[in-house]
Amino acid sequence: MTGIPFLSLAIWVPIAGGLLALATGSDRNASVARFVALLSALAGLAVSIPLYTGFDVTQSAMQFVESYPWIPRFNINYTLGVDGISVLFVLLNSFITVIVVVAGWEVIKEKVAQYMAGFLIMSGLINGIFSALDGLLFYVFFEASLIPLFIIIGVWGGPNRVYAAIKFFLYTLAGSLLMLVALLYLFMESGGSFSILDWHQLKLGMDVQSLLFWAFLVSFAVKVPMFPVHTWLPDAHVEAPTGGSIVLAAIGLKLGAYGFLRFSLPIAPDASHAFAPLIITLSLIAVVYIGFIALVQTDMKKLVAYSSIAHMGFVTLGFFIFNPVGIEGALVQMISHGFVSGAMFACIGVLYDRMHSRQIADYGGVVNVMPKFAALFMLFSMANAGLPATSGFVGEFMVVLGAVQFNFWVGFAAATTLIVGAAYTLWMYKRVVFGAITNHHVSELTDLNNREFAFLSILAVCVLAMGIYPFPVTEVMHASVNDLLKHVAVSKL
Amino acid sequence: MNFVIPDFYPAAAELFVVAMSFVILMAGTFAKDSRGLTYVLTQLTLFGAAAITLLTMDGQVNFTFSNMYVDDLMGDFLKLVLYFSVAIVLLYSRGYMNDRKMETTEYYVLAVYATLGMMVMITANHFLTLYLGLELLSLALYAMVALQRDSARATEAAMKYFVLGALASGLLLYGISMLYGATGTLEISGVAQAIYHQAGNKTVLMFGLVFIVAGLAFKLGVVPFHMWIPDVYHGAPTAITLFIASAPKLAAFAMAMRLLVNGLFELADQWQSMLMFLAILSIVLGNFAAIAQPNIKRMLGYSGISHMGFMLLGLMSGVVGGDRHFALNAYSSSMFYVISYVLMSMASFGVVLLLSRVGVEAETLDDFKGLNKRSSWFAGVMAMVMFSMAGIPFFVGFFAKFSVLQAVVAAGYIWIAVLAVIMSLIGAFYYLRVVKVMFFDEPVDNTPLVATSDMRVLLSMNGLAIAGLGLAPQALMSLCAYSLLGSL
Repeated sequence: MTGIPFLSLAIWVPIAGGLLALATGSDRNASVARFVALLSALAGLAVSIPLYTGFDVTQSAMQFVESYPWIPRFNINYTLGVDGISVLFVLLNSFITVIVVVAGWEVIKEKVAQYMAGFLIMSGLINGIFSALDGLLFYVFFEASLIPLFIIIGVWGGPNRVYAAIKFFLYTLAGSLLMLVALLYLFMESGGSFSILDWHQLKLGMDVQSLLFWAFLVSFAVKVPMFPVHTWLPDAHVEAPTGGSIVLAAIGLKLGAYGFLRFSLPIAPDASHAFAPLIITLSLIAVVYIGFIALVQTDMKKLVAYSSIAHMGFVTLGFFIFNPVGIEGALVQMISHGFVSGAMFACIGVLYDRMHSRQIADYGGVVNVMPKFAALFMLFSMANAGLPATSGFVGEFMVVLGAVQFNFWVGFAAATTLIVGAAYTLWMYKRVVFGAITNHHVSELTDLNNREFAFLSILAVCVLAMGIYPFPVTEVMHASVNDLLKHVAVSKL
Repeated sequence: MNFVIPDFYPAAAELFVVAMSFVILMAGTFAKDSRGLTYVLTQLTLFGAAAITLLTMDGQVNFTFSNMYVDDLMGDFLKLVLYFSVAIVLLYSRGYMNDRKMETTEYYVLAVYATLGMMVMITANHFLTLYLGLELLSLALYAMVALQRDSARATEAAMKYFVLGALASGLLLYGISMLYGATGTLEISGVAQAIYHQAGNKTVLMFGLVFIVAGLAFKLGVVPFHMWIPDVYHGAPTAITLFIASAPKLAAFAMAMRLLVNGLFELADQWQSMLMFLAILSIVLGNFAAIAQPNIKRMLGYSGISHMGFMLLGLMSGVVGGDRHFALNAYSSSMFYVISYVLMSMASFGVVLLLSRVGVEAETLDDFKGLNKRSSWFAGVMAMVMFSMAGIPFFVGFFAKFSVLQAVVAAGYIWIAVLAVIMSLIGAFYYLRVVKVMFFDEPVDNTPLVATSDMRVLLSMNGLAIAGLGLAPQALMSLCAYSLLGSL
């Protein structure tokens, strides 16, 4: 193990870069702010890569552990560490940050420094969430990460941005506040420890487990978001600027799902088993019902937002069928969804920058004027629909496989998404891209510039690579997932 | 007649402030341009008092003036925070008072006497000493609210404050007289002894306790004794509101500690249930009422009510079923809360003062519109204060809430903790609204901010302190716990 604290660097390098970008001040120095932001984002990615290359895949224990006392009065420690589950998300987050900075490069013209700083600070905080091993440290990062996105949606968002920003903030805060009480309770029960790993070993009665499970469920279900607390997401996505949507879809939604794996399942395994039917039902509703809702959307961003909810339904389904294929499939789905939905929002952003409309009806025949764009958008749409050889297929297939092992009809219901998902994605693609040019606005569109082409093709490479050869991803998570399942199978009563 | 000369040493800081108040009065009367001079003298007084308090601090509990007066670590620590906050308040308010032709000798003299009153409250070991300190503070504050003589609103606020304040003082005195009747002494530690030895009629004691808690609740401004807060906060000149909303909260906390913990600890079960009632009502009503306020001073007033409710949550969690192990943790969390609140309150009213200028009172939410376009830095400071008040990490307000809730959960009141977090969600809404108007709306008023550089620097530091203490709250938390150790 090297002595370099890569996790701390992954957290604090982007934050420091964000503050530096903020210090460039007014828009006179906008180009300086952009370069500072790009360099910091690349530096953040650079310090995250050793986490993957230096990761020992045979171990399920936490790696790259750092621990310092933070608030000794309450035995709160600055403890960081990643296992095979979280390391991938640190990497994904640092990667998406680079994409977001590039995606907002010349699109954002006002308060550039604040925009870039918001994303960089958020990136650091999110890395903190994924690597925190102290309950309170996790909570602190979890809540603090709301602030940048709130500001980003509210300042650079669409016409109804204030409503969306406040709804987003209050919904997520409402969930996480109950978690705070749960954390305090665990602190008391464990005799004064905030260490998540200590909590995993804590014996708890069924009543207590149920209450804790619900407290965590409310908090993470809002964040995922699960049906029926999903309504903030379409609003937030529609109003957020492109970068905000990319981060929200690619990373933001993963926080809740990750919380299930880190808190709910290991801390309250018996309650998790007991309430699994409920979660599975809610997940299937998200997969099927929300899928149909996506079908009737007229706004592209809303459509992708609803499709995100459906895809996240797959993730929660995979977690609560308690078999290795299901959980690994859900994790693969999370990573894949990070690339695919990020790319979908980026594509919609590209169109929006040119036309200032997200309505499907305003488009048609885009392929005639934007062939490069149409090709890439096609790939991402296929991935969103779960076409084999794209990353979208791998995760969905694994979850369906796991679900069929668990119960045929659950698997069957989940599999309908392959039809519905294809229907809403491809139908949207067809209406936007194919056909004759419908109006003169479309005919004046220009194809992707080099910057847009660059970041979309990087995403395309990721989507294809993961679809064709997902082994590097599954290999990392294997040991940790097995360990988690072994832990969850043992009753704590 | 045997007359013993008392030991003045533990009260050196108070005596120094008294002496300096005469100097300031003289300077104000005889100097040609008295404003700058009295301002500097007042700041020097606070600085000198801080130095004396630091130098005479010995970690012991010293009694003097026939046990009417106590000098302990809690007192010393609270007094240091007090000087610090009064000094900042005076600095923030100077420009505002000057613009409105209110920066007079009287203002500074009253501020010094209010400070003295708070110092006496913090160090009282006798009900009468406490009462004297309280009255000195209150009378100075009544006069300060009425400083703007030609403003009908300020005069009305002063009148309300005075009448209700006198009523509360009456309640407190009545309670004290009951205690005297039951225990035969007015000395705080003596009362504690007497109750410990089961002296006195229980009914009379209870009766006295109820009145004392009511008087205390009024001074803290918690529901249902909160009616004066919004009107006084709104009516008083903003600089005076800043004064009322900061340092006196520390003194009220000290008063609660002296009366309830030092004096009536044996009755903890009884007053804890009263405080629980007050705390819950304050948190609920304070947060709901704040939503409806378009005036930012009123909004901060109601938010202060809910914050004081949160502070009481710590005070009510000290003794669980006769077990006093939790006391230190609980009371130090309250102390941490009140100090954090003072810090946030000063910064929030500081920004309100910063936006005001001659003829313009930045009082409504509309005045904050588009502040990010006028000054990103101070919009950022205000945003930090608002997030901190809402209890979002990494700001000190989060750790204040955290430590209090931790004490509540430790005492076994999980349902109160749940209620409190739900109410802080309601609170988050109106704090967010301030952030919203500053960042998301277009400015209605594009005049650049005018403020002296010392105000700018200090306000920035105040904001940074809120963030810094949120990143590293350990030192202040331990200081609170350490200073309380000797007083329990």
